[in-house]
Amino acid sequence: MAKSKKNGVDRRGFLKGAAAGAAAGAAALVAPPLVEAAGAQQAPPQRPAAVPPSAAQLAAETELLSADGHAMTVENAGSDFMVDVFKSMGIEYIASNPGSSFRGLQESFITYGGNRSPEWLTCMHEESSIAIADGYFRVAGKPMIAMAHGTVGLQHASMNIYNAFVARNPVIIVLGNALDANARRPGVEWNHSVQDCAAMVRDYIKWDDTPISLPHFAESAVRAYKIGMTVPMGPVVLVADGDLQENAAKDRSKLRIPKLTLTSPPVGDPVAVAEVARLLVAAENPLILSGRTVRTEQGMKLMVELAETLQAPVQGGGRNMPNRHPLAGGGSVASADVILGLQVDDLWGATHEFRDQQERSYQTITKAGAKIISISSNDLYIKSNYQDFQRFTEVDMALAADAEATLPSLIEACKRLITADRRRALDERGKKIAAANVQALARARTEATYAWDASPISTTRMSVELYNAVKGKDWALIGGGGSRLWNIEKFYQTPGGGGAAAVGSGLPISVGAALAHKKFGRICVGIQQDGDLMYAPGALWTAAHHRIPMLLVMHNNRAYHQEVMHLQRMASRRQRGIGNAQIGCVITDPNVDYAQLAKSMGLYGAGPITDPKDLAPALKIAVERVEKGEPALIDVVTQPR
Amino acid sequence: MRFVILMILTMMASAVTAQQNPQAPPSGNAENGKKIFTAYGCYQCHNYAANGGGAGPRLAPRPIAFPAFTRAIRTPRDEMPPYSLKMVTDQELADIYAYLLTFPAPPAVDSIPALRQ
Repeated sequence: MAKSKKNGVDRRGFLKGAAAGAAAGAAALVAPPLVEAAGAQQAPPQRPAAVPPSAAQLAAETELLSADGHAMTVENAGSDFMVDVFKSMGIEYIASNPGSSFRGLQESFITYGGNRSPEWLTCMHEESSIAIADGYFRVAGKPMIAMAHGTVGLQHASMNIYNAFVARNPVIIVLGNALDANARRPGVEWNHSVQDCAAMVRDYIKWDDTPISLPHFAESAVRAYKIGMTVPMGPVVLVADGDLQENAAKDRSKLRIPKLTLTSPPVGDPVAVAEVARLLVAAENPLILSGRTVRTEQGMKLMVELAETLQAPVQGGGRNMPNRHPLAGGGSVASADVILGLQVDDLWGATHEFRDQQERSYQTITKAGAKIISISSNDLYIKSNYQDFQRFTEVDMALAADAEATLPSLIEACKRLITADRRRALDERGKKIAAANVQALARARTEATYAWDASPISTTRMSVELYNAVKGKDWALIGGGGSRLWNIEKFYQTPGGGGAAAVGSGLPISVGAALAHKKFGRICVGIQQDGDLMYAPGALWTAAHHRIPMLLVMHNNRAYHQEVMHLQRMASRRQRGIGNAQIGCVITDPNVDYAQLAKSMGLYGAGPITDPKDLAPALKIAVERVEKGEPALIDVVTQPR
Repeated sequence: MRFVILMILTMMASAVTAQQNPQAPPSGNAENGKKIFTAYGCYQCHNYAANGGGAGPRLAPRPIAFPAFTRAIRTPRDEMPPYSLKMVTDQELADIYAYLLTFPAPPAVDSIPALRQ
């Protein structure tokens, strides 16, 4: 017979004692339940009334001890306190596929916490949970929780954790685990338990902890949020032990939640910033390469101000600059005498030409004597195993700082150096860049005419038709689709790039981004890759279930097309036939019917569309459905690229 | 008689011009070229419509001169995979080129409402 947990000092008892002891000196106290939690406990009106319990059930449910003396019920479960901790940090959502290792915490979120702030998002794959949280951050600017088993769930989640890590996007990953072997249920719970949950992903998260008491949990949760949001940001892991979740929190009034204060981002050294300004102002052809610089609307304004101050072109696209700004784009690495790299992940790649032929070769494309400057927070945090840090770049100046946070001082330093004469010269340069940009836009429009009426439909036409369907509205891209032919003026109109090119991340990132836009009523649209969608299409169901309005337009080239090209390259080098290059890479025979797939999960679906003339009418209808609050998907059979 | 002589001279001159003009494309079978364009994977980077994409430049309409076209395929200078004689014969190159010559000019940009911005 198993030893009663009521007898002796087992780990559960130790944890209870530790929790009470650690909280004894707390300065601020928690008064459970929280006001918002109490208010949120009202059941949603659409739920059916519960069947009243029988007298026997009532008796059973209110009995504290079983016939053999074991505890049967609990008050003030530890996971209720965990919910209070997460509520204190203003977390709005939890993305998760349900799992027994965090059953206590899930029950607390949905009942004690009222399933509001945070609200539970039902996901169908842990990979989706992580990327939904990633996409949400890209728009909301704050993290979401993604919950998973510490073993099998995390194994599913790991690819998109790496993707978020490379994008430097924070996700608070909460893992369920049962540390106490004496208390584990036999069978599956052993398979789902692990000594060190985070070991599997520690190479690509910023921080993790496995708290063994509730005060420890509170402190580590707040620390996790703070570390995740400190530049350079990244995913963090917090393990919620099963015992901590399910056992009672002794003396709740003494448990304390530490105050969360976010760390301001690091700004470039003033002396170095002054030297950067001197080089930029004196340069004849400066070029600004911008990577993941802009994180906020204000950041975009600052980037415009820097470009206008210097009358220098900004390459990098995305959310760095309004894409029709006269200084957005233009210039070239080859002609620049000063290159300012702002938060560029691969500055070596931007300044070199690399040939992927049988004998790989490369050469610099910078002008002799050109100065290269890097302002990046990447120098502040680097790990060894995964190689996302890219090739070492030889630069003339390197400022380990957050680029966006450094922009104000750099702008001011530049302004101080610009004389009236220099101002006139810079303005002349700006006029030339602006004129070149006008010509580039005209060329892009002309280029779009090629294959305009082709079937399969050209990707340019698909993109242009999508833009025309929403351009008069308050729209936001949640996936691919933007180009020079879109007029992208606002920070939130693109979701921000970055990541490890992880196939399968695109769809859930779009869902998460659309969720963050929902409260603003924006029309969310994106172009969705077919191969990416098929990794975990259940994210479509999540969008339908949670009424997340968005329009996805399938770039359905019926292949993992990037890989087809790689196979083609190998076949060409080996000169033994090209015809097999599609084997293993195409998604045909049968063709996937994405409209039907979407419909089966509750979305509005249309297509496959092969005649380009059918595209605009289909998009019009789909946008109307999205405006009514529905998610929609249009399947478009496209040219490969 | 003078007319006949003139014709012969003209024909001879044309033949000389053709031999001396390396820009002139050889005769090719466009129908076979269309098949090869797909079977040999040209479409993978350049699209079925030969309009180019993120991975390869536009090829048609108005393809580059045949000698440059041949060089780009046999001894590419960039990321283009090399296609030797073992992979693509000269006649097949001519067929592909003939196919590219069949692409019509695109509509004028101003005739497309969606592109009027």
